[in-house]
Amino acid sequence: MDFVTTLVSSAYQFGDAFAFLVLSACGLAVIFGMMGVINLAHGEFIMCGAYMTVFAVNWGLPLPLAIIVGSLFAGLVGMVIERLVVRRLYSRPLDSILATWGVSLIASQGTLILFGPTMRGVGTPLGSFMVGSLSFSYYRLVLMATAIAVLLLLYLVFNKTRFGVLARATIQAPHMASALGVDTNRIYTLTFGIGAALAGLTGGIYAPTMTMIPTMGTTFIMEAFVTVVVGGADVFIGTAPAAVLLAVVKASLTSWQGQLAGQIGLLLAVIITIRLLPKGVTGFILKGRV
Amino acid sequence: MTETMLDIKGLRAGYGGKPVLQGVDLTVSRGEIVAVIGRNGVGKSTLMKTLIGLVESMAGTITFGSTELTGLTSFRRARLGIGYVPQGRDVFPRMSVKENLQVGESMRERVSPDVYERIYELFPILRERAGQQAGTMSGGQQQQLAIGRVLVGSPQLLLLDEPSEGIQPSIVQDIGRIIRKLNQDSGMTIMFVEQNLDMIRALAQRCYVMDKGRIVAHVTPHELDDRDTIRKYLAV
Repeated sequence: MDFVTTLVSSAYQFGDAFAFLVLSACGLAVIFGMMGVINLAHGEFIMCGAYMTVFAVNWGLPLPLAIIVGSLFAGLVGMVIERLVVRRLYSRPLDSILATWGVSLIASQGTLILFGPTMRGVGTPLGSFMVGSLSFSYYRLVLMATAIAVLLLLYLVFNKTRFGVLARATIQAPHMASALGVDTNRIYTLTFGIGAALAGLTGGIYAPTMTMIPTMGTTFIMEAFVTVVVGGADVFIGTAPAAVLLAVVKASLTSWQGQLAGQIGLLLAVIITIRLLPKGVTGFILKGRV
Repeated sequence: MTETMLDIKGLRAGYGGKPVLQGVDLTVSRGEIVAVIGRNGVGKSTLMKTLIGLVESMAGTITFGSTELTGLTSFRRARLGIGYVPQGRDVFPRMSVKENLQVGESMRERVSPDVYERIYELFPILRERAGQQAGTMSGGQQQQLAIGRVLVGSPQLLLLDEPSEGIQPSIVQDIGRIIRKLNQDSGMTIMFVEQNLDMIRALAQRCYVMDKGRIVAHVTPHELDDRDTIRKYLAV
């Protein structure tokens, strides 16, 4: 392999790992960072988005539109779950872990009963291109662009919109936000919905690359939790840098020693991070600030 | 002049089933400035929190204008026109001054654009520091922000919990002057909890004295000039 091919290949692998980490984690990070809820049903929201996307394609919608439908549907389901289950447990974080785990089991088993152990998926679109002797998928580039777009969009929503101001106020001092006229319950429902919709988006956009099975969400879970743990509570100063760091670890170990080494590397990275930075990258960056 | 804005009857409230307020009776008329005074731990802050709905009441009634407040969540009370400035300010620390002010817009369906201009005139520091993170400001600046923030919602009744606490004397005077100006210029009704005698004398038209969760006396600020009265109600 010549130098250019190696460079393109490394960048591609890094980008692919980065996209996967960001898209796996962003929904979980929004819900954890903004609400302090550890959502163990995260994988099932991803699965929900993926299934809905495939249904929508089968009804004849073009894939991009179908992904949006899948994402919105997952967001809607998320808001219902927040109303029915999560809302009652805001002051009980351990119970909310248990309850969302329950939701996760019901969702994956329910899907198994309703749609069977596997479903016909949709093919990966867009084909591939060659650099030197290696072939690369265009669709993976779309995934990388989507990851960056999602980060950008989240930044804009939480920093430049009225909803973002109220959401951050609600996180920082919920009682005070409420005393200033903010309907904090509505903010929580919407925030949970956004987290679930992001998970659904991830499911939808990865659906063409995966086998459709009821437990497909678990594929994302390890990366999602590793990224959120390393990143800490803030999506922008935590999740994004954590994804860069972990993508370097994963991509380099994977290309050196294979998939398994990449996974082991991620877990080692998270153990080292927790040891050195108990509050993740967020805590490290916020240290010395208010 | 004597239209009642706030009428509290037999109010009991507290934390974890233990009442701190043991039956508070109190009225505030429209356009008044009323102080609630008393020693530490007699329930003054709990009273303020119960009025805005951050502490649930166990018995009694709170009537604001013609609306019964008990049973309403705090955001609904805020939207009725009650502005609350807590003890310790509670600004949103990792948000800019401007963003802190914008949260106050939630009290109103719509906020006229010149409301910010009026607040910046009252508190020029907030205009200067509009982009600064609120948590990095001094106590006095945070207090001005906390008052400015609630004024964005143009409340009819302003509840202030120890506005002078932990603030340097020159800024205490500024804040006192602004509170009186709000009352005189826009007829805002003001109820405040305070320990600072100068502030009480400078602002209050009437004072309720609290002890052990009840209103035990009703005095004029003038009567607080008497050393015995002060010792009786305020000295530790």
